Amino acid sequence: MSESAISVRNLSKCYKLGTIGRHTLADECQYLWHKLRRRDPRAHMGKIGPARGASAPDGAGLFWALKEATFEVAPGEAIGIIGRNGAGKSTLLKLLTRITEPTSGEAVINGRVASLLEVGTGFHPELTGRENIYMNGTILGMKKGEIDRKFDEIVAFSELEQFIDTPVKRYSSGMYVRLAFAVAAHLEPEILLIDEVLAVGDAEFQKKCLGKMGEVARAGRTVLFVSHNMPAVQNLCGRAVVIDHGRVALDDVPEKAIAHYIEACGAGRGAEFRRAPETVPAGAAAWVESARIENGSGETAGGIPMGEGFAVKLRVRARQPVESLTVGIALADAMGTRLCGINSRDVAGATWSLCAGKSLEVACRVPRMNLLPGVYALNVGLQRAVSRENLDYFAGALSFEVLPKDVFGTGKIPRGPGNIYLESDWAATGAEPAAGWGTEG
Amino acid sequence: MHRTIIKAGSPWWRIDFREIWEYRDLLRMLVLRDLTAIYKQTVLGPLWFIIQPLVTTLVFTVIFGQVARVSTDGVPQIVFYMCGTVLWNYFSGCLTQSGTSLVTGKAVLSKVYFPRLVIPLSTVFTHLAHFSLNFVMFVGFYAYYLWFTSAPLAPQWALLAFPLLILQCAVLGLGLGLWVAGLTTKYQDLRFGLTFLTQVWMYATPIVWPASLVVRPGMKALLWLNPMSFVVECARWMFTGTGTVTAGAAALSIGTTVILCASGLFLFNRVQRTFVDTL
Repeated sequence: MSESAISVRNLSKCYKLGTIGRHTLADECQYLWHKLRRRDPRAHMGKIGPARGASAPDGAGLFWALKEATFEVAPGEAIGIIGRNGAGKSTLLKLLTRITEPTSGEAVINGRVASLLEVGTGFHPELTGRENIYMNGTILGMKKGEIDRKFDEIVAFSELEQFIDTPVKRYSSGMYVRLAFAVAAHLEPEILLIDEVLAVGDAEFQKKCLGKMGEVARAGRTVLFVSHNMPAVQNLCGRAVVIDHGRVALDDVPEKAIAHYIEACGAGRGAEFRRAPETVPAGAAAWVESARIENGSGETAGGIPMGEGFAVKLRVRARQPVESLTVGIALADAMGTRLCGINSRDVAGATWSLCAGKSLEVACRVPRMNLLPGVYALNVGLQRAVSRENLDYFAGALSFEVLPKDVFGTGKIPRGPGNIYLESDWAATGAEPAAGWGTEG
Repeated sequence: MHRTIIKAGSPWWRIDFREIWEYRDLLRMLVLRDLTAIYKQTVLGPLWFIIQPLVTTLVFTVIFGQVARVSTDGVPQIVFYMCGTVLWNYFSGCLTQSGTSLVTGKAVLSKVYFPRLVIPLSTVFTHLAHFSLNFVMFVGFYAYYLWFTSAPLAPQWALLAFPLLILQCAVLGLGLGLWVAGLTTKYQDLRFGLTFLTQVWMYATPIVWPASLVVRPGMKALLWLNPMSFVVECARWMFTGTGTVTAGAAALSIGTTVILCASGLFLFNRVQRTFVDTL
């Protein structure tokens, strides 16, 4: 019986909501005073931004980003960690990579670990490609000798031989990412902890990343992969853990875990939602408070027949005054892959302004949609029109089902591949109609 | 097999020096990065690190030496001021840069783990390189006054122990820097006070004035409680043979330095575990 590569037992992490790191010195002195006089019952509560100051009632203002997570990963296993935004995936990764410490619980990792939360950590624009390879490599835990040995390979992988002695500030963003990924790809850990944000860049680069990770997983190394990308999890991982509200909701084969995830964040929520306060980004100037999907006759509906229209009605609330607000929605398939996104500014030239504390009801009407039957998720988002700063983005806010319908009147229901269908005319010239096939008469 | 145990509340006094040694290549890269990044795209390059203390020394010579006529105990003014300035620059460089290193290195620190102490530690070595340049310049001026003038300069045998004074500068700068780094993760205002504090502290240290000016016993105790007083005064004595250092001053200064550095290490060790959450 071999030892687990990663063993997580009751791992928890608690944050103080609101004013982390904004204590005044006076607050702190008061806290110390209470602590000295043993009047604060919560003196030993939480190691991270514990609820300080005498005013907060017990347990209030605390947020358990991760609560008693427990799972094991066997050596050589590739495991996916999935969950909605803010479910606790990133917190788990930060704890396992030792970027921060848990509030309670324990995790034991057996083997040499490398973690990749981004590519190019520690890159300095003034340094050359060569210098940055060494900088980034040592930050990721490689020894100088190790980099010396792999240096030529790294450069070859990055395809930047000519530019290796050029400062990286002169690189294009593509070149920059290529160099960064080349270093990351040459780490040789026994255990790889990896975040999906790694999969940035163009499609080709993403493919390269995922390909490399598949290679690592097949080489018998342990991989823990945190992701939103369901197809990638399904392809790479033999098992997946669903995290929801900081807890392990399910630990099963990827198919079942993904189904659970989709249910938890999609169909479960359905055609109407009211925002839970903890999912509102901290300090957001404005956010989507509620939203619903209406069918053609104006009823809230979770099922829309193919080819018909629907409307999305959103209520936006502002905490601070917001000028020229753009409202957007995006459609995603059941795997979470985004299919398309539309917003009020680009489609209709419409933006709105809001006073602090006021709300706004926005309706977006789609007259006809060309989606194939299936379950779809609807993401909602707010952006400042001018700066394009995202104020709020909520993936999987709504979900709806496209119901099968004989849209072309041929007695058949259009099928995939893919998610969309196109209306089309078909004609042929020069071919003799086969007997019994042509038009009647 | 390499085993990592992640759990809450590792004790504040347990500092994993072996792990820091494991990351010595990173330490070296950080020093190299800082040094090369500074000099790239500057015409004068490392010369800047000579110009700054040289100009400071000249300004001191004019203002305190010529205009205010503050005593230098008979030591040539350039040698007197430059000796203090060069040592002070090393100390304050270590202090300010290691003190702000967690805040400036936040982007990296929140994305990857390595022993956090490596970051402030690297600044001590970066500044040691700058110090070496300054020191070479000082030795040049010193040699000139020693051999080509009749200035009363009497190098002591104790000069052989001069590296220990540099070490004390580094340890003290790092120790206080760790205090500042640890506290700035929660109280960002400390960053603004730091420049001001080092400025005031410099004038409270015998750099533009000799320690012999302090005669009242109470003030003397206060003077030697400042560990940098001993470092500067002792260095001057080693090079020139004039000065008022005593064994008691040495013990007090070294004791304070050790206490400040050890407490800084422990505070930093406590804070580093979760500072990413509050920064």
